Amino acid sequence: MSQLEIFVTTIGMALITLLCRAFFLVPKDDLPMPAWLREGLRYAPIAALSAVVAPELVLTQGALTTWHDARIFGALAGLAYYAWRQSLFGTIVCGTGVMLALRFGVGW
Amino acid sequence: MSLTTRVAGWRARAAATLRRPLVREGALEAVPMAFGVAAWGVVAGVAMAKSGMGVPLAVFMSLAVYAGSAQIASLPLIAAGAPVWVVWATTLCVSLRFMAFSYHYRPFFMHLPRGKRMALSFLMGDTNFALFMRRYDKPEPGQPYEEYFLGSSLITFGVWQASIITGIVAGAGIPASWGLGFAGTMALLALTCTQLRSPITWVAAVVAACAAVAAYALPLKLNILVAIAAAIAIGALADRLPAFPKGRA
Repeated sequence: MSQLEIFVTTIGMALITLLCRAFFLVPKDDLPMPAWLREGLRYAPIAALSAVVAPELVLTQGALTTWHDARIFGALAGLAYYAWRQSLFGTIVCGTGVMLALRFGVGW
Repeated sequence: MSLTTRVAGWRARAAATLRRPLVREGALEAVPMAFGVAAWGVVAGVAMAKSGMGVPLAVFMSLAVYAGSAQIASLPLIAAGAPVWVVWATTLCVSLRFMAFSYHYRPFFMHLPRGKRMALSFLMGDTNFALFMRRYDKPEPGQPYEEYFLGSSLITFGVWQASIITGIVAGAGIPASWGLGFAGTMALLALTCTQLRSPITWVAAVVAACAAVAAYALPLKLNILVAIAAAIAIGALADRLPAFPKGRA
């Protein structure tokens, strides 16, 4: 792509993301929606977060990883820390620390 | 009114806003997450530097789009010279979760004028959404929810832009083996945990995780869409089963 094409592409991307973000905040009246979708939408945010995280943890170049992968144990350590303390910062530090220790210490 | 008095007025208003207790509370609660945001921002910046689009365009993209996942997803497509509609379709699939966020923010922000609602929309992100929903259970009339949102999202915006620009400029000087990206993933994992409030949310999270992994090979990042759809379907079904205790998601 030329620089101009990338520029135009970027403008489009900015509009698309803004449209998604503002979608339910722009209209004055509630949008009509079937009850099941209204109920189901309550689970959309957690589904989206989990859908972004999971492939990052268990896939390498699109294939499932083996069990001795530092990322999996890092994630488990992070989850354990969150279950214990409910601290967001502690979860990040503990998970990343265990992952780095296994990667550089054990070589996984 | 002269320009100087106008600027002085804006500055006074901005300073007054920053002194509000809810703005401070939002900002303070966003600080622990800032480490994950910063690590992920540097990684995204390095990826943008390596895509070869050049520093000015990369900085422009991160300021205008302000969505890490959409930016990272678009890079290989732009580098490979994919058709523009493919890049836009991918952006749409990755950004659909923002639509769910805006659905949940609606009752909290509808007392504001439309222009303000649009301006707040631009600052929406994964981090401040999870923090906001952890802080507020359900909307009550007369509360200035936008102040907490503004405090937390401005911290996230500042940290994200500073770190992604650092990554863009430092470029290949930062090796991938530092595991910086993993800190960002851990931040998102911690945020996911904050949203696990009822048994059905656990089911929705596990179903979405499995669906996203299983459907990973789909083009246009459709796996995220498949995962959200599966979780909505399971959630709507489980709400009707007597076996699950009812609870707010």
